[in-house]
Amino acid sequence: MRERTEVEVSFELNGTPRHLRVDAHRTLLSVLRDHLGVLDVKEGCSEGVCGACTVLLDDRPVSSCLVLIPRIHGRRVTTLTGLAVEGKPHPLQEAFVRFGAVQCGFCTPGMILTACAYVRAHSGVTREALRRALAGNLCRCTGYVKILDAVEAYARSVRDGG
Amino acid sequence: MAVRELEHLRYRVVGQPVPRHDAWDKALGRTAYAADWSMPGMLIGKVLRSPYPSARIRRIDTSRARTLPGVAAVLTAQDVPRNTLWTDVPGQTTEVGPLRAKLCVLAEDRVRYQGEPVALVAAETEELAEEALRLIQVDYEPTPGVFDPLEALAPGAPLVHPDSGSNLLARWSVRTGDVAAAFGRADVIVEGTYRTQFVDHAYLEPEAGVAWIDADGVLTIRVATQVIEHFRDVAEVLGLPHNRVRVIGPYVGGGFGGKEDVTVEVFLGLLAWHTKRPVKMVWTRQESLLARPKRHPFFMRYRTGALRTGELVAQEIELFADAGAYALLSALVLLYATTVACGPYRVPNVSVEARAVYTNNPPTSAMRGFGAMQVVFAYEQQMDRLARELGMDPVDLRVRNALRKGDRIPIGQVLETHVALEEVARRAWETLGPPEPPPAPHLRVGRGLACNMQPYGRIVWLHDWASAWVGFEMDGSVLIRTGAPDVGAGQASSLCQIAAEVLGVPVERVSIHISDSALTPLAGTTTATRQLLMSGNAVLQAATQLRDQILRVAAELLEAPAPDLWIEDEAVRAPGGQSIPLVRVLKECARVGVPRSAFATYHAPAGDPIDLERGGGRVFPDFTYGAHAAEVEVDTETGAVRVRRYVACHDVGQAINPQSVEGQIQGGAAMGIGYALMEQVVLEQGHNLTTSFATYLIPSAQEVPDITPILVESGEGMGPFGARGIGEPPIGPPAAAIANAIFDAVGVRVSELPIRPEVVARALHRLE
Repeated sequence: MRERTEVEVSFELNGTPRHLRVDAHRTLLSVLRDHLGVLDVKEGCSEGVCGACTVLLDDRPVSSCLVLIPRIHGRRVTTLTGLAVEGKPHPLQEAFVRFGAVQCGFCTPGMILTACAYVRAHSGVTREALRRALAGNLCRCTGYVKILDAVEAYARSVRDGG
Repeated sequence: MAVRELEHLRYRVVGQPVPRHDAWDKALGRTAYAADWSMPGMLIGKVLRSPYPSARIRRIDTSRARTLPGVAAVLTAQDVPRNTLWTDVPGQTTEVGPLRAKLCVLAEDRVRYQGEPVALVAAETEELAEEALRLIQVDYEPTPGVFDPLEALAPGAPLVHPDSGSNLLARWSVRTGDVAAAFGRADVIVEGTYRTQFVDHAYLEPEAGVAWIDADGVLTIRVATQVIEHFRDVAEVLGLPHNRVRVIGPYVGGGFGGKEDVTVEVFLGLLAWHTKRPVKMVWTRQESLLARPKRHPFFMRYRTGALRTGELVAQEIELFADAGAYALLSALVLLYATTVACGPYRVPNVSVEARAVYTNNPPTSAMRGFGAMQVVFAYEQQMDRLARELGMDPVDLRVRNALRKGDRIPIGQVLETHVALEEVARRAWETLGPPEPPPAPHLRVGRGLACNMQPYGRIVWLHDWASAWVGFEMDGSVLIRTGAPDVGAGQASSLCQIAAEVLGVPVERVSIHISDSALTPLAGTTTATRQLLMSGNAVLQAATQLRDQILRVAAELLEAPAPDLWIEDEAVRAPGGQSIPLVRVLKECARVGVPRSAFATYHAPAGDPIDLERGGGRVFPDFTYGAHAAEVEVDTETGAVRVRRYVACHDVGQAINPQSVEGQIQGGAAMGIGYALMEQVVLEQGHNLTTSFATYLIPSAQEVPDITPILVESGEGMGPFGARGIGEPPIGPPAAAIANAIFDAVGVRVSELPIRPEVVARALHRLE
């Protein structure tokens, strides 16, 4: 059996301070799902390819299956639930529903987080740039068209101050 | 009254792109998928799998694993009460006979593919379960395997199942007309051989579930599945009465046929029953890619004869499918391929010889398109070749030969509904718009068309049925109960729309319980593009019965004839303007003892197994027809192919939710584009070299163009409101449409999938 080393980490999860003592070899994904019961983060491949386990670390999207838990000490972690503003759905969540961008839904949390971070960080969002930005979040159901439609519409509303 | 009611039905909820209730839950991260479930005191289950594609098992020593503290169970074949899952298929040719094939739950004295389950463990933690797997010692003796279906049929080939005497698993054969004489009359004959690859479903949600023995002693399994009826398989394996096993199906993170055969449920049932504790099992992506059944690779020989006018006169077809190591659904996949081997065209003289062959490759089974899609790659390239030989427009050639309602197809089935081939082909082709010049001199642009027909609904000799319960609550809200699993295509939401339409309530007032073998009326599998046809019609029937019950009671209160009444805005209304609140009518129902619910069972068209060699007959309820048009750009220096424009048009009969239908078409076409250009399970002597998403590539947003969906609504489907199924059909045409476009661009005929840049580059090199 593997030797265990525990670490103490403090971080902010969806706006709430958390303090944990866990095995140092744990990934952020495993800590979120198995220790903290944060189930809006999905496990799709555990090798950093599919993007289903995407969370925002500070404001950047990362595959939480590739982040070892000691690395998040002192940082901010946002999952899909953390996007809600005063209990109300984020406009991008609303756009995903309205445009039919959700089918099986397993990629949806990661997809929304990546798209949200990208739109926040870039002013002029083009469809081609969006394709590149979302290339790390695989979807097997939708063919991406309605996802791109939803994100573009949201980006337009942000630009127009909506 | 009938006319007003029809308009009412047509325009209020059905046909509206309403957001799905499950979409909100999923966008908010609230949906509890199979792996999101936990139970107190839960163990973690794992599977030990064979590292060899072909080996004898001399001995398994589990003693060290069993004594590891924290390990609750280690099971091998001898611990499984009835170690068998059966596949039964009647109706094959006499050479093979009806199929009764056996699949062991856990391998006994032999393994036949890499990844075959050998042992199970359940332990307190995932690490302990993994450690227990490492401590199980299996003494294998590798044996010679066979990895190619044609080699497997050669004399002296190693037998995958020595008892069966041959590697031939299934054979279907069709003969109509006089093929030899017809080829004699043909002005043009084109021949081609085509080869397709193994691919994986690659849904984002890996196989997962939790099993426990519930308070009533019932073995209960909450599992990601397309088939809750597998509760029977679990019961059979454990030797339990069927009514002591329950399967609950949560919303599924993608299925595509890969959650049609059993996945974790039997293993979970065994472990929970042995340990008397809850057990969770979640397969890793690597495990899923290694060991789950794949799509059948086909080797296809086509010979097609036509007159100078373009009229098809003969087609001779040979199909070989690699069934992998176990039968699963291979015989039926092959039947689908045989049924539509000529595509949506009139061909009077036809010969089809189709064989599925055992190898030591991973088993192949159900995947979206189910045998009816591999043949599109062949028959639509044959049509393209023919159009070029004859100098005909590709649309005109197809329209010239298109099947029509009333036609008899080569297997003997008469088409009972409209065949919209002309509409879909013309609209797809025209919607591509005016061509744009290539952006650089080394790039060439070309266009291709491909049409298809895909059955919806199960084979008629399976006597398929689905049932549903629909009821009003006292507050006027509506509840549906039906066993249909929702695999992400909006199955549940469409049923809500159907009930809302009939019962005159807003769709938000309808709630639905699905996919529970104990508490929802069984509605059959979410496979075979059948759920809208089946549970859709069952809900339609139940809702209609319910409405009529309620209106009869309302008629007494309103003193008006029941057939004149309708429900709208929470009230029952009459043509004279009188109305009465719905809740008042429901109270009256309670007072006079009239049920506020109805139960209905829909029976699909049924028939007996047919003898394809003696005239055949009906195999399927009906078909969905489609056409895709692709514009590609080929880089003549690298061979890289980029899809620039893509149009996908299908006759969907009547879209219940156009947004969901478009999503099916776009998603199916995208999966087909992956099949055409990227995806391949790479096997080397039965060893899988693509067991991660880093090596098994599926399309990302960068590889999929904006797919334009076009819905044709003939109103002639057999589903509710004239709907046709649309789950599988859109995956059929892309590979052929793209191959035809590549030929149009650079004059290279690609007959093997996937069409990787190196394949195109080599062919271009040969051309020079």
